[in-house]
Amino acid sequence: MTALSLKNVNKSFGPVHVLKDINLEVEDGEFVVFVGPSGCGKSTLLRVIAGLEDATSGEIHIAGEQVNLTPPSKRGIAMVFQSYALYPHLNVRGNMTLALKQERQPKAVIEERVAEASRMLGLEPYLDRYPSELSGGQRQRVAIGRAIVRQPKLFLFDEPLSNLDAALRMNTRIEIANLHRQLSASMIYVTHDQTEAMTLADKIVVLRDGRVEQIGSPMELYNDPANRFVAGFLGAPSMNFLPAEALNPGDPREMGIRPEDIRLEGGGPIAGRVSHVEQLGGDTNVILETPSAPLTIRLFGQHDIRAGQDARFGFDPSRAYYFDEGGQRLR
Amino acid sequence: MNKARSNPLNTFAMHGALILYTLIALFPVFVILINSFKTRKAIFREPLALPDADSFSLIGYQTVMKQGDFFLYFQNSMIVTVASLTLVLLFGAMAAYALSEYKFRGSTLLGLYLALGIMIPIRIGTVAILEMMVASGLVNTLWALILVYTAQGLPLAVFILSEFMKQVSDDLKNAGRIDGLSEYTIFFRLVLPLVRPAMATVAVFNMIPIWNDLWFPLILAPAEETKTLTLGSQVFIGQFVTNWNAVLSALSLAILPVLVLYMIFSRQLIRGITSGAVK
Ligand SMILES: Nc1ncnc2c1ncn2[C@@H]1O[C@H](COP(=O)(O)OP(=O)(O)OP(=O)(O)O)[C@@H](O)[C@H]1O
Ligand SMILES: [Mg+2]
Repeated sequence: MTALSLKNVNKSFGPVHVLKDINLEVEDGEFVVFVGPSGCGKSTLLRVIAGLEDATSGEIHIAGEQVNLTPPSKRGIAMVFQSYALYPHLNVRGNMTLALKQERQPKAVIEERVAEASRMLGLEPYLDRYPSELSGGQRQRVAIGRAIVRQPKLFLFDEPLSNLDAALRMNTRIEIANLHRQLSASMIYVTHDQTEAMTLADKIVVLRDGRVEQIGSPMELYNDPANRFVAGFLGAPSMNFLPAEALNPGDPREMGIRPEDIRLEGGGPIAGRVSHVEQLGGDTNVILETPSAPLTIRLFGQHDIRAGQDARFGFDPSRAYYFDEGGQRLR
Repeated sequence: MNKARSNPLNTFAMHGALILYTLIALFPVFVILINSFKTRKAIFREPLALPDADSFSLIGYQTVMKQGDFFLYFQNSMIVTVASLTLVLLFGAMAAYALSEYKFRGSTLLGLYLALGIMIPIRIGTVAILEMMVASGLVNTLWALILVYTAQGLPLAVFILSEFMKQVSDDLKNAGRIDGLSEYTIFFRLVLPLVRPAMATVAVFNMIPIWNDLWFPLILAPAEETKTLTLGSQVFIGQFVTNWNAVLSALSLAILPVLVLYMIFSRQLIRGITSGAVK
């Protein structure tokens, strides 16, 4: 069964057309990540799904039921916000139980669900504390706990980790992945961190300017991008783009090569001057100035290359991507 | 803690300035209080001296208690002030929430219209207000005063509160909506507690002018049973003789309730600032 399906969803704020003809299916138990540059409409799409904004046109189905006119609390969803949005006047237990009390669930059920959620998230010692007495990571876990106790059909996360520091972000990311496995619930997750997108997603939805650019598994998008935007958006360091005629005179196409597909090669076709080297231990990133464009090259292992020296590189032609003027992939 | 605050010299200068200001501000109150306990002669002989065995007298308070129905005046003032403040805060906050949370056609214009009242003194409309009160039979009732003071306080309340409400996190309200809270619950349980400092500010700004007002009680409710404290105290101030003992005692008594209300609100103010924020 599909947990969520969107059919031609549009959203305008007055004259501003923010979401354009969004079509999407989320299967039961699937982890779907929305990525895209800032302002592309990820949050707006999430809010339309949640019912916090009305779609201007189009249909929204959650678990097979059309919910365009259903208020947020009756859609069977739970949402975790970037700013945590905990109720400041309630303690952790109060924050987690409010929605269940609102639904008039029996006391025993509420107790049980809170006990289970706080066990999963390690929140037991904090149940009687107020949000102002918790650290950022603890607050985020409470926000997630507040979503879990409702046992929603669909979880919505809006950049839940962006206020956390790097180490905590990684831990919480793993926690969310575990949670998804244990609950086997459908989740939609918004981020512009592509590590989060690649590691968590069963399916990634790339958005740009309110349009879906491509939908697919992380490796599908990485290996087989539909256009230049998706190719450049996924992968770090991002793909190199250069006019194909630099290597193959008379070729009007644009060529894309991933930094890790370029290798050191004495007589290779790519020549230039090294302008900067980043030694990461496991990898070496080289910035190469070539006549047509600067290239980023990611070499595996440690290499003795210095800024200022001339070097030649080669690549496997079968790993190159080609795009037309409009940015569409040519196969 | 920032550097300026932890430097002892700065702390000293800051506290010195604050103490000086407190002394200046409290001085008139102090003079009123000590003189209310003195005989008439002593008041004029040495206004700044503390009451001693010789000059101590409760004659002022006795006069106040005997003359007129002082407790009734007191009660009237209290009812009018508390009721007006309640209405100003309730309606002001509700209007401010509507203006800041729901964008509808003309909402900006409506906000400006409501704020316009800040610039127009309500006393200009006294004659029209009196006519309205006569027509509706509200003259010489406390309702006349409550309604006028509510109208007088609303513009500033709406203006200040809507600015504060715009800053309340949207995520928090949306979390409430997803958890199934009604718009009223979101307003009363989530938004109001977060703008409590602003509410306290509005309350303090409105309270003093209402409590001290002589104009509208004199015009709209001069009857014996609806007199307010300020109006009631006027009987001791004559054109030729003024009973200073009584005036000072009445004033001393009048200060107390305002002080209590002020203390309630200022505690709210501090609690609001320190309560756990969203992030
Ligand atoms: N209430 C609104 N009124 C008018 N325009 C809006 C409103 N909310 C969002 N927008 C516009 O819609 C576009 C998409 O906003 P949205 O918040 O969905 O972006 P986003 O993809 O979540 O960006 P970010 O990654 O920065 O969070 C933006 O251009 C924004 O200006
Ligand atoms: Mg966003």
